[in-house]
Amino acid sequence: MTLLGENHITEEGQFVINMGPQHPATHGVLHLKIWLDGETIKKIEPHLGYIHRSIEKMCESLTYRQYIYTTSRMDYLSAHMNNQACALAVEKGLQIEASPRAQAIRVILAELTRLASHQLWWAATGLDLGGVTPFFYAFREREAINNILEETCGTRLTQNFVVPGGIMYDIHPNFQNHVKQVIKQIKDNFHEYDEILTGNVIFQNRLQGVGYISKEDAISYGCTGPTARASGVSCDIRKQFPYDGYDKIQFDEIIATGGDCWARYEVRMAEMLQSVHIIEQLIDNIPEGDFQTKTKAVLKLPKGEFYQRVETARGELGVYLVSDGAATPYRCKFRSPGFSNLSAIPHMAKEAKIGDLMAIMATVDLVIPDIDR
Amino acid sequence: MHLWLRAAISSDLLLLVTEMVIIGVSLIVFLVLLCFFLGWMERKVAAFMEIRLGPNRVGPMGSMQIVADTVKLLFKEGLTPNASDKFLFNLAPGIMVVTSMLAVAPIAFAKNFQIWDVNIGVLYVSSISSMAVIGILMAGWSSSNKYSLIGAMRSGAQIVSYELSIGLSLISIVILSGSLQLSEIVESQANGWWLFKGHIPVIISFVIFVIASTAEINRAPFDLTEAEQELTGGFHTEYSGMKFAMFLLSEYINLFIVSAIAATIFLGGWMPLHIGTWASFNHIMDFIPSSIWFLGKTFFIIFIIMQFRWTFPRLRIDQLLNLEWKYLLPISMVNIIIVTAMAIFGWHF
Repeated sequence: MTLLGENHITEEGQFVINMGPQHPATHGVLHLKIWLDGETIKKIEPHLGYIHRSIEKMCESLTYRQYIYTTSRMDYLSAHMNNQACALAVEKGLQIEASPRAQAIRVILAELTRLASHQLWWAATGLDLGGVTPFFYAFREREAINNILEETCGTRLTQNFVVPGGIMYDIHPNFQNHVKQVIKQIKDNFHEYDEILTGNVIFQNRLQGVGYISKEDAISYGCTGPTARASGVSCDIRKQFPYDGYDKIQFDEIIATGGDCWARYEVRMAEMLQSVHIIEQLIDNIPEGDFQTKTKAVLKLPKGEFYQRVETARGELGVYLVSDGAATPYRCKFRSPGFSNLSAIPHMAKEAKIGDLMAIMATVDLVIPDIDR
Repeated sequence: MHLWLRAAISSDLLLLVTEMVIIGVSLIVFLVLLCFFLGWMERKVAAFMEIRLGPNRVGPMGSMQIVADTVKLLFKEGLTPNASDKFLFNLAPGIMVVTSMLAVAPIAFAKNFQIWDVNIGVLYVSSISSMAVIGILMAGWSSSNKYSLIGAMRSGAQIVSYELSIGLSLISIVILSGSLQLSEIVESQANGWWLFKGHIPVIISFVIFVIASTAEINRAPFDLTEAEQELTGGFHTEYSGMKFAMFLLSEYINLFIVSAIAATIFLGGWMPLHIGTWASFNHIMDFIPSSIWFLGKTFFIIFIIMQFRWTFPRLRIDQLLNLEWKYLLPISMVNIIIVTAMAIFGWHF
């Protein structure tokens, strides 16, 4: 066996392994270079760029109606929220607002997407820690949600349902009934999630005390979403900068103080129930009216800069548009939650074991196309 | 069979060789068929746990799926990486399969049906099965893959530690029955299985044996040597085609062996279930063939071990070693003292 040189064994006797770009636990083409001392991780260096599609540059040549749909391919698990952020940024520039009906439907779809995303996260967390069974239980509910999205939006994963000034079509006649059925199904089956994973002693031992990040570090690394809220940072955009009528809805911002993988797990689990709560409030109270505000055929934003943020399933997504008055953005930049959360992983995983790294990556919930764009 | 062959073949050497070939071939055929069944059973148990159907297209209830998979593996290219130590790389799967097949020898499948009734049966099984770690280390080292190497080193730590608990829990029954020979251990349970006769200490030994043997054969939640999500397959990352199938084969044979040993030592092997003075009940139980009793008990334990795999997440390496050295080993040691006292004073039934 010839494993000599800086890329294999360092002078201090640390073993260098490349986890990824093809690896079962990185959920995509993330490449982590890891320096190991036995089983203990000494240093991690994330290498990016394997799935860079230059979405931001592409957006500069697309109109304000078109550029929304490239963003479905960023964080594909919260595609609807990405679209929503882009549409809201354009609406800010045009100084219009979506109709109440469109807003309510947008929020319901956003929360359904969040539920589906968190269910996939829960499934993948179980899978990353070596339990295959949870995957199938989570996918039972995720399938039902995807069926609803397919019925109303036409697609299951990248919905592309949002347009500047509202939504593309009105909802399907069965929408409300089916959503109510799914909500009931999720509430009835939620205890199974706890029985399979949450209550399991092995699972708890794998997460508790692992991957700690303090409140100060979480802020300075720019963590957002459940990752930061598990460290006690109050950063829910839905509460702090409400959009699309979130200010009229009753829901709690879930904050834990543990800062470890277990806290992140608990925050996401509680968030699922909050999403259910939000949908329950809205589903019977969708206002009547237009589902789209009338807009011009060719949208032109006034000269200036526009920034809009939304809370996706992973954290804060920021859309920054610079307009020179033309029909396409002069410059477009996305602040993606995954990138900042990934930057905190080397800090969390210091002195952890290889097995802990899986728990950390799972609970931070990385989506690689979101990091690279 | 011996007498029948004796009539046909006159030479002693030829007779011995013929007998060994017949036994060897029938053993290999039996074990391969057994692995087909276990592979099918595992998929069905997994499907049952995971609210899905499992294989259901090839053959009745999907029973031929595993045969189709084996044919697929047969036709796949068996890659040998350029940087690997080719001799050891090709030898390792063979060692894995041979060591696991050797351990089948002293197991009593039915009344008076045993390949080799050696007088140190328990010792033989535990020593042969601990040789499997050589195959794993060899595979991990010779692959010249960093993940394989980490997996192999983990298996070294894991299997060597859990050997101790297995040995100590087996010894508790050896003390009670006073013999290392598996046939005599079964005979000693004619009036009741050790699990029922030996009070709580034997139940503790049984539980420790099942936990430790799950770790010994690298099955989830103790499958750290493979650890797909961490090490992309561990020691067999680089193997493909039939060489990979041989690792799978040895895994299932090992699963069968530990369950058969547990059934023999703790659950009375081929002995039927007898309850005290219920003469008619005992009489009915005697009508069930002894091989059914043995296989029934074995598959019961296999079913339990399979359920572990589909229920629990994986342990971390330090938690795994803590479990052995801080919990199982001290408990086994105290337990063995209690069992010795029980044997000396005749407190068991």
